[in-house]
Amino acid sequence: MIRLQTEDFDTGAEINALHSMGSHIGAVVSFVGFVREFSGESRLDAIELEHYPQMTQKSLEHIAAEAQSRWNIERVIIIHRVGRLAPDEQIVFVGVASSHRSEAFSACEFVIDRLKTQAPFWKKECFSTGDQWVDAKLSDTSKSDRWKSN
Amino acid sequence: MRIKVCYFARLREQLGVSDEFINLPDHCASISSVRALLQKRDETWHQAFASDQSVLTALNHEMVTSDQQLEAGDELAFFPPVTGG
Repeated sequence: MIRLQTEDFDTGAEINALHSMGSHIGAVVSFVGFVREFSGESRLDAIELEHYPQMTQKSLEHIAAEAQSRWNIERVIIIHRVGRLAPDEQIVFVGVASSHRSEAFSACEFVIDRLKTQAPFWKKECFSTGDQWVDAKLSDTSKSDRWKSN
Repeated sequence: MRIKVCYFARLREQLGVSDEFINLPDHCASISSVRALLQKRDETWHQAFASDQSVLTALNHEMVTSDQQLEAGDELAFFPPVTGG
């Protein structure tokens, strides 16, 4: 299940939803990304998240489907917020439910690694002195690339 | 033939346009020819599309990494490497 939204989300409710898939669910693994207060030495006022609405949903569905084809998992939830977010706010939730933990751990990591390099979102950092687009990190590309050989 | 071209994030701000319709001669209907056409507009456009690494491309809402032929009504998008999550 994919959700794109400006409003916050309730991590506990999402984890409960994943667990309530049935008594065969033995593991739920989740990742939550937050806005950091500092970017280097500079204190952030906010970040602005832009996306490509017609493409984002499709891109995240594709990533979730790939995770489900690679691992024996029951369900994937991806929630990504867009718009203006203040420091400490939640940005993204990835949750995976499965019978056993190792599949859920791998699939969850795969989804966030892929999301960071393939889903059409862009972050802009807003400071009191002006705004600045965030540059893509090479380390994110190499994290995503390592799933190619597995 | 007519296609839609969209620009996002830093690229959209640099170019001062978020989307536009472009008429292409039928013989010039590939992604690389559109890039070449846009680069001819002025120095800003030339610089924006100068590096292959700094501009990603999506055709009809799917990322593409190689050149492809276009058809009337296609939606082409150019944007910087993504930074979500």
